[in-house]
Amino acid sequence: MSAGTNKIAVTVTDVVPVNELVKRFRFVRADGGQLPTFSGGAHTVVEMRDGDTQRLNPYSLMSDPMDQSAYTISVRRDDQGRGGSLFMHNKVRPGDAMTISYPVNLFSLDLRARKHLMIAGGIGITPFLAQIKQLTAMNGRFELHYACRTPALGSYVDELTAKHPNNVHVYYDDQGQVIDLEHLLDGQPLGTHIYVCGPKGMIGWVRGKAAELGWPREAVHYEEFLAPQPGKPFEVKLAVSNKVIQVGENQSLLEAIEAAGVDAPYLCRGGACGQCETDVIGYDGKFIHRDHWLEDDQKAGGRKIMPCVSRFEGKTLVLDR
Amino acid sequence: MTIQFNEETFRDDYTFRNSDWAIKRFPFPFHEDSYMYSVNMEQHQGGPAGSVFEKRFDVDEHYVAEMKDRALVLAEDPLRCQSLPHMTLAGWDLLELIMVSKSEDYPDLFELHRDGNNWHWINRPMGIEQKFVFMDESTLPYGPMEYITRQAQGDFCVLDQRDDNLWMDAGMVTTQADWSLDFDIGMNFFEWHAPVPKAHEMGIFVRALKFLLNIQQGMPARRLNWTMTVNPLLDTSPENYHKWGVQKTTLTPENLGAKQHLRVELQTFFRLPRSNALVFPIRCYLISLEDLVTVPKWGRRLHRVIRDLPVELATYKGFIDNRPMILDYLAQHDDGLPTSDGIWPDLATEPPLSPS
Repeated sequence: MSAGTNKIAVTVTDVVPVNELVKRFRFVRADGGQLPTFSGGAHTVVEMRDGDTQRLNPYSLMSDPMDQSAYTISVRRDDQGRGGSLFMHNKVRPGDAMTISYPVNLFSLDLRARKHLMIAGGIGITPFLAQIKQLTAMNGRFELHYACRTPALGSYVDELTAKHPNNVHVYYDDQGQVIDLEHLLDGQPLGTHIYVCGPKGMIGWVRGKAAELGWPREAVHYEEFLAPQPGKPFEVKLAVSNKVIQVGENQSLLEAIEAAGVDAPYLCRGGACGQCETDVIGYDGKFIHRDHWLEDDQKAGGRKIMPCVSRFEGKTLVLDR
Repeated sequence: MTIQFNEETFRDDYTFRNSDWAIKRFPFPFHEDSYMYSVNMEQHQGGPAGSVFEKRFDVDEHYVAEMKDRALVLAEDPLRCQSLPHMTLAGWDLLELIMVSKSEDYPDLFELHRDGNNWHWINRPMGIEQKFVFMDESTLPYGPMEYITRQAQGDFCVLDQRDDNLWMDAGMVTTQADWSLDFDIGMNFFEWHAPVPKAHEMGIFVRALKFLLNIQQGMPARRLNWTMTVNPLLDTSPENYHKWGVQKTTLTPENLGAKQHLRVELQTFFRLPRSNALVFPIRCYLISLEDLVTVPKWGRRLHRVIRDLPVELATYKGFIDNRPMILDYLAQHDDGLPTSDGIWPDLATEPPLSPS
């Protein structure tokens, strides 16, 4: 199986500041053709060439899934991150040529649902923007509960409340507004599905409360892409390709493997999908597992690592790659 | 190339036949002289010119006759086509995929003109012309999946993807190797594969499911599967077993070459964009053993595969009782010479059958 998905060459047509933390980017096909339709909740992996560094970051598609003329994404600036969002914010300009992946959906709507209950935190709003457009076209029933830090940072609040005044509920942290989750979940009709996208704490809170109230596991959907975090540099031996590589401070292990010219599978690059799972042949040191994929006993077992987000500290690490 | 469509039947008088062209492009499923299950998947991104792998949806000389046979099956048993309510969007996805693929791959046979959601579809071999509104079911004579799969060879399973599993939630199944959509509808991947011997213990299905869940838009995949069928019957369904099962007892050493067919399924897998469902087209190709052995390599190899097949598999595939007679026939076409690797006929390089 080859790595990742098909690629699409695109041109950036618009870069629009949404607020002080978020910018929106619009892509059209470089060859002037149509982009593939997609399903609400899908993401694309954006390739960024920043000098000698190549980064591939996943971003949820927020445009209308039926609109084949352009894709849009929104990127929240992370000043402490490894630089992907800073590159998008500071270096990408209209007219730039970029490469993105075909859409991949790891957070799709369950189309059996009688009602879709969406809970978003911050930039976690983006997949819901596409899902709401899809559901609106299909006369699907939805209700969005969206928590933001402040009105100034409430990305797309105005658009959402104007178009869907009866279905969108916004909560501002700075005004002490909190989603009354227990009450909200208690009042849903049979056949409702819950979708949550936002910070780790919010996802855990919603999943925990839903489980406590007896919601079926299959009716609770969540997506949390982790951004790879910087860390101490480390060295890795790739046994199959017989290479020794260095993983830099601001580089993920997966990116270092790719930079060495080794074809490694991936999809989400955010610790969620399991596609990049790699066998550990030997190690002397400590794993820093950061993914959602491996079970706790697998993380303790020292035989698997998810190179998209996890790191290593120690003397030697040998991978089956 | 212009295709001459056969006038032929897959029932009663069985006038089905393969032309020399169809024999040479037959998807022979064995790449070596033995067979065991494997996940044998590859990308479905074209193939050698003229082969059944070249186009996204292969159209061949049997197209028109197969569609007539499908209409007969559906008239007798409408439950061969079912779509659970949440699968309508996937049906539109499938209609678009087939119409776009066929009109691009066979522009002399099919045309699709799109003006926004106003679509105009022309199917020349079947004499169909239809103007309709995409995503508006009221503008088509059937639901979108049924409409387009009445015009596409092979069975179609439309699988919903959720809870890290695939669910048989829609399909058009009239040319199946003894399984029933009506029985399997709503089942998940492990449930509908429960009757398959050995493969569960081998971990085949866990690996296959992982692969299928990760098939992405623009990256379709394919594999071959096979069984044996007496008489060129497309509809070998459990519903009609009382009609065709008994035909397995009509084989004689004299008629076996003409009556016994190798049945090969070209299985493909496409991610559907709007619904995130997976469509699993299962295209059936039939060839009589007397036609198959005109390719010396295939005659030698099929004899070895059938001879060495584990009893469980020959039982599951439904030819255990006839295996001795089939082997007697095939042994006449196996001179023991080595065979070349791969599935292709290699007519230019493989030696003819040595005189015994």
